[in-house]
Amino acid sequence: MKRFARLFREIDGSTKTTVKVAALASYFQDAPDDDRLWTIALFSGRRPKRAITTTRLREWAAEKAGLPLWLLEECYPAVGDLAETIALLLPEPDAALDLSLTEWINRLRDLAQQPEETRKAIILDAWDKLDTTERFLFNKLITGGFRIGVSQKLMTRALSQATGKPEAELAHRLMGNWSPDDTNWHDLIESEDGSTDDSRPYPFYLAYALEDEPDALGSPEDWHAEWKWDGIRGQLILRGGEQYLWSRGEELITDTFPEFSRAKDFVPEGTVLDGEILVWNDGPEPFNALQKRLGRKTVSRKMLSDLPVVLYAYDLLELAGDDMRQRPLEDRRAKLATLFDQLPEEAPLRLSPRLPFAEWDELGDIRKTARDNRAEGLMLKRNDSPYLAGRKKGDWWKWKLAPLTIDAVMIYAQSGSGRRANLFTDFTFAVWNGNDLVPFTKAYSGLSDEEFRKITAWVRKNTQQRFGPVRQVTPEHVFEIAFEGIHASPRHKSGVALRFPRISRWRQDKPLQEANTLDDLKEMLAIYG
Amino acid sequence: MSKSQVLTFTDRGIYCPAGDFYIDPWRPVNRALITHGHADHARPGHNRYLATQAAAPILRHRLGDIQLETISYGETRNLDGAKVSFHPAGHVPGSAQIRVEVDGEIWVVSGDYKLEPDGLSEPFEPVKCHSFVTESTFGLPIFNWQAQDEVAAQINAWWRNSIANGITPMLGAYSLGKAQRLLSLLDTDIGPILSHGAVENTTAILREQGYSLPDTVLVQPDTKGAEYPDALVIAPPGALGSTWARRFGKVSTGFASGWMQMRGVRRRRSVDRGFVISDHADWDGLNRAVTETGAENVFVTHGYTDIFARWLKDRGLNAGIVSTEYEGEAAEGAEAE
Repeated sequence: MKRFARLFREIDGSTKTTVKVAALASYFQDAPDDDRLWTIALFSGRRPKRAITTTRLREWAAEKAGLPLWLLEECYPAVGDLAETIALLLPEPDAALDLSLTEWINRLRDLAQQPEETRKAIILDAWDKLDTTERFLFNKLITGGFRIGVSQKLMTRALSQATGKPEAELAHRLMGNWSPDDTNWHDLIESEDGSTDDSRPYPFYLAYALEDEPDALGSPEDWHAEWKWDGIRGQLILRGGEQYLWSRGEELITDTFPEFSRAKDFVPEGTVLDGEILVWNDGPEPFNALQKRLGRKTVSRKMLSDLPVVLYAYDLLELAGDDMRQRPLEDRRAKLATLFDQLPEEAPLRLSPRLPFAEWDELGDIRKTARDNRAEGLMLKRNDSPYLAGRKKGDWWKWKLAPLTIDAVMIYAQSGSGRRANLFTDFTFAVWNGNDLVPFTKAYSGLSDEEFRKITAWVRKNTQQRFGPVRQVTPEHVFEIAFEGIHASPRHKSGVALRFPRISRWRQDKPLQEANTLDDLKEMLAIYG
Repeated sequence: MSKSQVLTFTDRGIYCPAGDFYIDPWRPVNRALITHGHADHARPGHNRYLATQAAAPILRHRLGDIQLETISYGETRNLDGAKVSFHPAGHVPGSAQIRVEVDGEIWVVSGDYKLEPDGLSEPFEPVKCHSFVTESTFGLPIFNWQAQDEVAAQINAWWRNSIANGITPMLGAYSLGKAQRLLSLLDTDIGPILSHGAVENTTAILREQGYSLPDTVLVQPDTKGAEYPDALVIAPPGALGSTWARRFGKVSTGFASGWMQMRGVRRRRSVDRGFVISDHADWDGLNRAVTETGAENVFVTHGYTDIFARWLKDRGLNAGIVSTEYEGEAAEGAEAE
């Protein structure tokens, strides 16, 4: 744990990527195999099964610190992280015990079979023997969520430095639903044949947003354009007689969308598709419809018939078991088209069509019709581009429509958590309805740290009422809210719900009375909903 | 709560009816008693000021030509029906708690304070009273300061390590109090200390008063970082990452504040190193101060007021919350001290 704690301090103690990568690379070179395997697992969101509830953890920590539970509960929102709160509250350790990361994890995993009294004794004993940083990490192993500023990209770069293997290959090796229990360092990282697991997806290739006009991209004939659909990205894998569906967040969502169990009736074994999951009723439905399907473990028959989904495929990553990613896009698309040729209507698969264009201006006009086509804009891909891993500049661009905007009044504020604990960052906004302000959306991001500081100081001085963590503030400040879509929602007081709302700017120039009205919102609903 | 209301809490500040004066008022008044020179306690626009001799030069520097009387620590003065005296608060050089006695009833307003002697400020002295007005900037049990020597060792190690790697360490600290405390902790055998103009002004005043502070080199418009490869730079927090800082090339930024105890705050400030050191009392310090006054009534002014007051009530004290415009060590640091 000391080695892991030192790694954590080095990563956490710097804002510079080079320093973090160097610290990780050196750790990956030196640490024992099982520790480095667990480190990769933890930093990529895998964690040991939770052996203790956070309720018990809070109670035991308060008891150990000699404090009433309510006081611990009050500290938690100030710190924004339970593992850290507990680490800070506990008295100084009275002994030291240097077990490795894996040994501590194994201790935690053994707890599951123990009676509660034994579990408690083991946790209290651990707290007695770990310093503040180690305790924080130990608590994190229990509560989960190792978000400490190590992205997948950063980790693969460090692994690449440590092992000499290319980043893209490592990124691929780390994909999928492996856990330290069913693999080891050698199989995962070093073995010659890294693709032992049928379910393992390829890393998604992600596009950057196009900031300038597309003219800068060169000749239009080198480019492939298609709609940027408003669903969720998915990778459908057909291998070994099974199908696996992965979300872009690397979650296995096969069970959420049983429609795809029929995919193998229409495309051959050994196929991997990249595409957009969309609700389809004689055409793509807005995201709002898909949202009702997300996060469900079981799907009712009614839901399947009311809100059936399809995969709008735009790329072919594997064909007959062969990795196609190095081939040019044109080639992959041609094979995809052949594969999808004359698919029956009942297939849960569609080809995301190519949008032909001769001039950039022409494409600009097509883009303007995106909302009418239930799309958020366009995707531009270079015809000869390979399918890369992760977000890379140059070959793929998303050219989205400008967001919709509305000027709204801030009426509630709530402090954030983690990095943003102690700062008011979560706001509720309202529009005028006569002389009343009707709340219609929340928004979290979009201001600079400086603006958040300013608004935090203002909220402290202008709180009218508190409802738990939420503060009602004097209506005074107007913000421009940007969003990607709007739809009717009977669950909201305003009758509308927004897609991707965020603060685009603080309208300090705008008086309160000139914020938009509910009628303005309804008009937008009529046009874009 | 008490037999006579020695002090009342008004929208101008803490007021003494018997003596017709205010303590650290935030709106203009006729007569203001000032605990210390930080901007949220010493505001412009009052007719007459009373403060310790040790605080006077800073007040004059910050507030300009004010009508200022001074008083020694421990000296008693009668202001109409009230007896007042000033006692060290240990917060920054010249800072005081103010004791007010009316008809045998004693109240103490602590201003901002810390219990650990920092080697520079006049050390905190507990003052017995019936009612104690306390801050609670760090009034949560997660705040436990390490001994000053340990933090000093961390800062000096960071200095050594940075220059060994060809990087300039740049330490952000408030220009009154924290900056000078840090100066006094630095190991000048490592190299010279370069100081930003805003810090240097205050340092010069305190040095003039006789506080023992190491030599510093003022950063001039034409100062080049390369001329001082072993130096540590000390500057107000706002200067970190500014165009002013560019002259030093590759820097490692450090920030010294009690808030650095929390990872979230540290990451939000995006400094390379956070040093946990504060001129405010930590959780144990606040509790010890309250106990040592022997007060039955405690008024909590700024910070985690509702939580600290509830805790004190649990301990059997009469505790209340008073709404003021003091800011303590503002979590984001850039504007307040």
